[in-house]
Amino acid sequence: MRGFNGRMKTALLFGMAVAFLAAVTLAGMVFSEEALLTDFSRKNLGPGIPYLFGTDWLGRDMFLRTLTGLSVSIRIGLLAAGVSSVLALLLGVAAATMGKLADSVITWIIDLVMGIPHILLLILIAYACGKGFKGVVIGVALTHWTSLARLIRGEVLQLKEALYIKTARKLGVSSFEIAWKHMLPHLFPQFLVGLILTFPHAILHEASITFLGFGLPPEQPAIGIILSESMKYLAMGRWWLALFPGLLLVLTVVLFDVAGESLRRLLDPGSAHK
Amino acid sequence: MVLEAKNISFRYGKDTRQILKDFSLQIESHERVGIAAPSGFGKTTFCKILSGYERPEAGEVLLDGVPLSDYKGYCPVQMIWQHPEQAVNPRLRMREVLKEGDEVEERVIRGLGIEEDWLNRFPAELSGGEMQRFCIARALGKRTRFLLADEISTMLDLITQSQIWNFLVEEVSRREIGLLAVSHSMPLLLRVSTRICHLEPEK
Repeated sequence: MRGFNGRMKTALLFGMAVAFLAAVTLAGMVFSEEALLTDFSRKNLGPGIPYLFGTDWLGRDMFLRTLTGLSVSIRIGLLAAGVSSVLALLLGVAAATMGKLADSVITWIIDLVMGIPHILLLILIAYACGKGFKGVVIGVALTHWTSLARLIRGEVLQLKEALYIKTARKLGVSSFEIAWKHMLPHLFPQFLVGLILTFPHAILHEASITFLGFGLPPEQPAIGIILSESMKYLAMGRWWLALFPGLLLVLTVVLFDVAGESLRRLLDPGSAHK
Repeated sequence: MVLEAKNISFRYGKDTRQILKDFSLQIESHERVGIAAPSGFGKTTFCKILSGYERPEAGEVLLDGVPLSDYKGYCPVQMIWQHPEQAVNPRLRMREVLKEGDEVEERVIRGLGIEEDWLNRFPAELSGGEMQRFCIARALGKRTRFLLADEISTMLDLITQSQIWNFLVEEVSRREIGLLAVSHSMPLLLRVSTRICHLEPEK
């Protein structure tokens, strides 16, 4: 890519990753009806044309089913990661600014949540909240905020001691302005990148608890359901039922990672020269 | 106006070395006081106390007889730090940094040799000396009555050093701003100060 500098390449990469993910989400929503369509005249077809990912034992188009499943996963991830990051931001800032007691309480909760195995806590919360879409979102949101909250707490504590913030106080800059002009530009990139990097976690965890049977109901075309159902047919040689949905899931997760990483690089003023 | 440090004692946390003990100093608006002492004698600490960044363990800092901590908002005693790169936010452009000062006059900005083009840059795109000029300008706002200069020129070459000090001496005399210059370079202090004060080590 001659003629492009590093920053433009990164921006391009970010744009492509986001465009692909948006396309998958939209396509899944558009084809959600067709994905449920059963047709016994075309069952158990291998991958090819017109059924790119083949069809299953009920004659459902696996390509559309995978798209719909991923679309559901991305939307769950979006919601759960969003709630989780906002929670992290609020608790992290509260721990750093609201005094010693608030700090020890919040730090204790962080340690507690981090101390319990992730998947176990997730299953417990999802199960207690009635499984399904709601249970999964609440479960993922409540388990994924801790590391970002810890990061933000540390960042705010460090900022509070920064010489330029102390100097700003002496120059009569108001607390609100300090938070807005001095702290936010440091916290926002952390927050945004944390938010995007929570997506892949959220999606993978959604898929795994659905796979284990504690997540979305079996009639929903979710990626975890597709994978767990395909298990039964793997031994019969219908490899395409697991391979393509699995690959697309991995691709989605990797693309979120690429998007987060390139965004982090774009937001760093030092990278403007690369 | 008079800035007065009365029987100041200070140490960082309990059971640590006593850095300052019963130290008193009085500076008037028309004075330029030089403090000379080797490293580790508490020069920077003293400046931080005088400008309200640290509270003394004992003693008080008075500005015209009123405790400095009673001045809300803009602090009339401004300190310029030794390391400008720590005193500016790396994510703000220099124009924003300068705006935080109290209506810094164009004359000050020109006098310190700040170029128009630098205003649009981020701190990382300036040298230490260039950044320090911004920190000095920022501290020379309208309401500044006392200026504490803590080793502000150690990172500068001799020509720049003399350019900046010439300007500072002229500026503070014209505006009747009291100056406290800290350095371990005696020749420099002798040139810029009207009075030299020695900080004795605490045993």
